[in-house]
Amino acid sequence: MFDPVILIADILKVSIIFFILLNAGGLLTWVERKQAAVIQHRIGANRALLLLSTKVERFGALNGPLNLILPILAPPINFLLRPLGKLGLFHALADGGKMLFKEDFMPTGAHPFLFQLAPFLAVVPAFMVACVIPFGPDIEVMGRTIPLQIASLDMGILFFFAFGGIAVYSAAIGGWASGNKFALLGSIRASAQMISYEVAYGLAIVGTMMVFGTVRLDEMVVQQGELLFGFLPAWGVVMQPLGFLLFYTALLAEGKRVPFDLPEGESEIVAGYFTEYSGMKFGTFFMAEFIEVFIGAAMISVLFFGGWQVPYLYETGFVFPWGGTFNMPTFMVVVTQVGAMFAKILFFCWLNVQIRWTLLRFRFDQLIRLGWKFMLPAALANIFITGLVMVLMDS
Amino acid sequence: MSMSTVATAPEKTIKVVDPRAKMSVLDQLYFPQIVRGLSITTAIFLRNMWAWMTGKKGGVTIQYPEEKLEHSPRYRGLHILAQRDDGSPRCVACYMCSTACPADCIYIEAEEHPDPAIEKRPNRFDIDLSRCVFCGFCEEACPCEAIYMTASYEDLPQDNFSDLVVDLDFLLNRDQTLVTKKKNAIKGRR
Repeated sequence: MFDPVILIADILKVSIIFFILLNAGGLLTWVERKQAAVIQHRIGANRALLLLSTKVERFGALNGPLNLILPILAPPINFLLRPLGKLGLFHALADGGKMLFKEDFMPTGAHPFLFQLAPFLAVVPAFMVACVIPFGPDIEVMGRTIPLQIASLDMGILFFFAFGGIAVYSAAIGGWASGNKFALLGSIRASAQMISYEVAYGLAIVGTMMVFGTVRLDEMVVQQGELLFGFLPAWGVVMQPLGFLLFYTALLAEGKRVPFDLPEGESEIVAGYFTEYSGMKFGTFFMAEFIEVFIGAAMISVLFFGGWQVPYLYETGFVFPWGGTFNMPTFMVVVTQVGAMFAKILFFCWLNVQIRWTLLRFRFDQLIRLGWKFMLPAALANIFITGLVMVLMDS
Repeated sequence: MSMSTVATAPEKTIKVVDPRAKMSVLDQLYFPQIVRGLSITTAIFLRNMWAWMTGKKGGVTIQYPEEKLEHSPRYRGLHILAQRDDGSPRCVACYMCSTACPADCIYIEAEEHPDPAIEKRPNRFDIDLSRCVFCGFCEEACPCEAIYMTASYEDLPQDNFSDLVVDLDFLLNRDQTLVTKKKNAIKGRR
């Protein structure tokens, strides 16, 4: 049945989340630069500046009116822009501009179609998986229930794995199609690494699925609003601590970030699978990486840190287990919960960057050994223990 | 007999370091060490962020064109030729500096000094700064306190090599207070 309100709500949700993801790609480059600088006692990027001119000469007939308005309009806007420039926020814009105007180079030995396809295979799945992430509770608008999630799919997390897994094709195809030895080495590393960790990645989450009894992400989040022993929020990390560690490690490995950045390994194989990419094609790989960081942070919060749930916050407001209530209007509750979701995402983005600037890259044999000889058995043991505990608690 | 007494010399021991041999179970798990590393970087991050938030500079970076580092007064930068009281060069074209120069970057042409008390003066005194290694041998070799290397370095960069060859006029007419500063700095240390 066609319902214009739901259609408009869907379009709004898609555009807002698309907007957030695109901006996250740019802003995370800023976060990464600045956070690295702060960790290393530096100041970081702060030179790019975008200012309005007070006098223009190249707009023909518009010159007259513009020169009347700009001297009044420009100073206050520039006053706002200057501190942003000092913070280094315009460096992401400058980067984007630089990449757009760079030569779009393709080596002679490259496979033209696959070479151009690889960046898309990197960025499209990163956007697609965002549609199963619940950003907030269901809300009532004009008598209709609208979930704050683009697609409430029955397969939920399996969709995330299915489309997240496509990213390996981007690395493998991109490296192979470049016709470059370093790129090929990078793509082989990427394939071996991502397929090895895909196993632990999938198995680490099985325990969580067993505990919650569902693969739907929205239902998982709802269940995480309950309390254990009357005071402990039933977050995934409480129920599945080992599952959390394994999943987070595998997530870092899947995202090809330090300490698992062997496919890029710039000190060994130039830039790995995107050695031959320049301009905006390289920019697309870069953006995909940062979007994956954001999506990964969102998945961690949804699966293990209660998603949009705030401990003790229910539909009517806070109800504390030690007694006492704090009533809030429904609208404020929803805003708090969506805010909590984004706070959690930001925290995990921060943690990802912090790990990236703390740890050293693994050696390849260490990486494969960790994946197959530690994480896989640990994930299987986690499933076994989870099952055992569940059986014991039922009986 | 004497052989046995010699053997008291301390034995050299070689320390064998095998990191894996000493690793405890916790170290082998790798995870506690990750947490430790993260806590170090996070502590630094939070400390520097706090400095930023409270308006202090949370870094050691010097923002060069706006902020400048105080160099030691003995810094060896761009050369200067000291003047006599009448403004003529103190240099007597003795070729000591160009002889001492390891980079062979000083070119001097001598001429007769009008004052009979002084033997010579330089007619040309060129320094090729693109060859100079800023070792300071020229100022050490100078017997007349005529050449010094000053603490200024911002006049040095040029767009092409020919502009890096500086002549007598340039070297003599630089700010003479730099000479006094450098002399004081050298005296202060001695």
